[in-house]
Amino acid sequence: MINLTIDGINVSVSKGSTILQAAREVGIYLPTLCWHPDQAVKANCRVCVCEVEGNRLLQAGCSTPVTEGMVVKTKTPQVIEARRTILELILSNHPQDCLNCIRNQNCELQDLANEYMIRDNPFELKVRGYKLDRSTPSIVRDQDKCILCRRCIDACSVTQSVFALGVEGRGVNSMVVPTMGLPLMESPCVLCGQCIHACPVGAIYENEQIDEFLAAVADPDKIVVTQIAPAIRLAIGEEVGMNTGELPMEVFVTGLRQMGFDHVLHTNFTADLTILEEGNELLNRLKEGGTLPMFTSCSPGWINFCETFYPDLLDNLSTCKSPQQMFGSLVKTYWAEKMGIDPAKIYSVSIMPCTAKKYEASRPEMNSSGYRDVDLVLTTREIGRLFRMSGMDFNQLPPSDFDSWMGKYTGAAVIFGATGGVMEAALRTVYEVVTEQELKDVNFTGVRGMEGIKEAAVDLNGTEVKVAIAHGLSNARKLMDQVRSGESPYHFIEIMACPGGCIGGGGQPLTKANKKRAERIEAIYVEDEGMPIRKSHENPEVKIIYDEFLHEPLGHKSHELLHTHYHAKNKRYL
Amino acid sequence: MAEEMRIVLRNYGKIDPLKIEDYIAQGGYKALEKARSMSQSDLIAEVKKSNLRGRGGAGFNCGQKWSFAYGAESDIKYVVCNADEGEPGTYKDRLIMENDPQALLEGMAICAYAIGAKQGYIYCRGEYPQVIKILNQAIEQAVTKGVLADFAIEVRSGAGAYVCGEETALIESIEGSRGEPRFKPPYPPSQGLWGKPTIVNNVETFANLPAIVENGADWYASIGVPSYPGTKIFTLTGDVNNCTFFEVPTNTTIRELIYKFGGGIPAGKKFKAVQIGGTSGAFIPESQLDTPVAFDNMSTIGATLGSGAVFVVDETRDIVDVAARIAGFFEHESCGKCAPCREGTARIAEIMENINDGFGEMSDLALLKKLGRVMSVSCLCGLGQAAPAPVITTIEHFMADYQAKIL
Repeated sequence: MINLTIDGINVSVSKGSTILQAAREVGIYLPTLCWHPDQAVKANCRVCVCEVEGNRLLQAGCSTPVTEGMVVKTKTPQVIEARRTILELILSNHPQDCLNCIRNQNCELQDLANEYMIRDNPFELKVRGYKLDRSTPSIVRDQDKCILCRRCIDACSVTQSVFALGVEGRGVNSMVVPTMGLPLMESPCVLCGQCIHACPVGAIYENEQIDEFLAAVADPDKIVVTQIAPAIRLAIGEEVGMNTGELPMEVFVTGLRQMGFDHVLHTNFTADLTILEEGNELLNRLKEGGTLPMFTSCSPGWINFCETFYPDLLDNLSTCKSPQQMFGSLVKTYWAEKMGIDPAKIYSVSIMPCTAKKYEASRPEMNSSGYRDVDLVLTTREIGRLFRMSGMDFNQLPPSDFDSWMGKYTGAAVIFGATGGVMEAALRTVYEVVTEQELKDVNFTGVRGMEGIKEAAVDLNGTEVKVAIAHGLSNARKLMDQVRSGESPYHFIEIMACPGGCIGGGGQPLTKANKKRAERIEAIYVEDEGMPIRKSHENPEVKIIYDEFLHEPLGHKSHELLHTHYHAKNKRYL
Repeated sequence: MAEEMRIVLRNYGKIDPLKIEDYIAQGGYKALEKARSMSQSDLIAEVKKSNLRGRGGAGFNCGQKWSFAYGAESDIKYVVCNADEGEPGTYKDRLIMENDPQALLEGMAICAYAIGAKQGYIYCRGEYPQVIKILNQAIEQAVTKGVLADFAIEVRSGAGAYVCGEETALIESIEGSRGEPRFKPPYPPSQGLWGKPTIVNNVETFANLPAIVENGADWYASIGVPSYPGTKIFTLTGDVNNCTFFEVPTNTTIRELIYKFGGGIPAGKKFKAVQIGGTSGAFIPESQLDTPVAFDNMSTIGATLGSGAVFVVDETRDIVDVAARIAGFFEHESCGKCAPCREGTARIAEIMENINDGFGEMSDLALLKKLGRVMSVSCLCGLGQAAPAPVITTIEHFMADYQAKIL
């Protein structure tokens, strides 16, 4: 242990700790901008500087390791002058449009400007005047707001191994840009949106489409139908001042009806359906010597990644559309028929934890219903804003139920939202289909949790099936390289682009720390435990759709509506 | 009065730099042989005792630096020569490399033996293509002669960024990354190039080593000012008669440099200020000219020794204009990694331009001083920490010139 004093308080911390960590031990929080709990130290914003006795220079709290007997002062006039001046400098080329900013009241720079009482900035405001990058349907970049902390670069490169962002130019002209200064859409970006979580300010954010939703609601010829992804319910509470998982599903449904959705259905229904299709696809591949290992295909960020970096492995991808797109094609065919609604009038809105879903819905091949299958994708954050705009008190709203035919779901669908969830759901069904025996314990705890790569083996009537799970694309890359070199021992691999799975998706309530993601995962398994049915093939509405419409998994209709194909993305500079 | 004394430039003009035989005939590589006959720790102790301090500007005790890398446990260690020489007005390293490249290689080989390194790099300024040719030829000759034994040296070229003279930015550049400094600690002797223990020393530092090893620490320690012994090469520019270079013991004063070696100010004009150590150096007024050109002595007057550039300004020059141009230089050369330097250098340049154009206000001076106070202690690397010095020292010593522009 290392003993030191911080502002006169004795602290004892383990060797290798930084001043910032030691200070937190005794309740002293240093201001930070470039520091991120799950990233490497950068020490470039310098707002955490402190005095350390014996040093002429101020030391950055985030990067300076503690030493025995160190005497640290975190709030001397010199320190405060330095921090305020640095903030003034950063603010002096940052647009002062906080009122209109998507990050208003949720901005680390705004917080510090307030805490450090930046009133009359002595430096003349000089906004750089870059153009917004709206090249992608998912993500918008506002270079003017960028404070060059480089957290997005870390998220893109280290967490995701996509390397779509870097620094170009020098000094005051340096900027964070996509590869070779290209528009984001032309870079290798997979649209996962992890950079949005990393950004301390409003320099990178989701393509907000609230207006399109309001226009659809206002249109009397449109019937607005929504689907809610598995990872939404437990996170949406965070947007309306509740704890993770606290907002009951039935109240959430009422909230959506209040906002103008004519019918509220659930992506969980097609998550269960995915298990039937994908589980059977896996069994087919195992039986008939198809391409193995098979990869899951629910995560559109992951699909983009595979199409960009591993086009040679596209045959390994399950041909199943994601639950969002399965839902999209069914709502304008099966459901429209059942409800006696003209599919041309249906405006299909999905509520997703994901920015890449906005892109997925816009893919030209996603029109198997004869229409664009999903008309609009709103993220959890956008729905959160709608809810806050509505003035609803969710503690007082009455509950209401989902609409019929595509609203029922099982615990297996619920866990789609967490890393390992698709795998666990698939195992619950595949086990019973193959062994024709009841699964005694549906909990495959080995595939759960925040570890980057997980693996398990299941005995299916004497055949050992080896599975692996990766979340976060740098973990995915490790498994992919193994497959590419022919050394992968697995039969089935689940990949989610975002750390923690969909609960950590790029459209979720802003989460700086993986700790929050773990908390959401916990909530998801609590929900699963509480479900009366926990195996996808036991979903009564799924049984009905096979009886009346699809007839069998992987059948003719399924192929037409529920399966797809992939394309290599030929990106420049790769 | 001090006389010129050539240790580093001992072979200047006496040998053909492209003939290793000439160097050997002057006693070259004897020091390396002697070093290799000593134990590593004895060699490092000897260098430490000589009190040779880094000639790149930071003035750290060379032997002590080596002892950190020697003590660091690692299979692989590196020796890196900082030959980026980006300070405007400085060309001392070029002199050494053009005229006595083997002395540099020998110095690096001594260091390599001391710390246990097998690979060395010379990071040479990109604007010195002819020097790179000379170095490569010299390395080839040394390899053919076998004098370097199993120590290999590779020359890497910079690409023009001033900040790459900062040792960790230089390391990043060798690694193929954007030339940007790293935060310290960890320092290069424990984690440097590719994360391995690395000694980065300046060309002039390495070139001192053969003489120190050959003649002994006591000999070296007795030359010049004891706290910063030995000689230092100065390159004179600006308003001075002899715009050339001199190698002098460190007890030489600034006044001697300008008036004795430099031959005074041309056309009978009066001295106004001198900037020592390169563009980031302080401007020194007449009253401080009797300071010896040694590291600590310069520190006491708020100045630096830096690279040894001596830029003399006579009474007819517009010192505010000079400082404004320098501020523009730092705006251009800031790498942009840390906020106070990225934004601060641009603001200093902007404010100085305003003042210089006659649009300044007295409150601007207070703002500049605040930037000086903050940047000098908060910036990530030496570039940002030193960048305000020319402006701040000219405000301090030549306030009347500023007032004349403002009022």
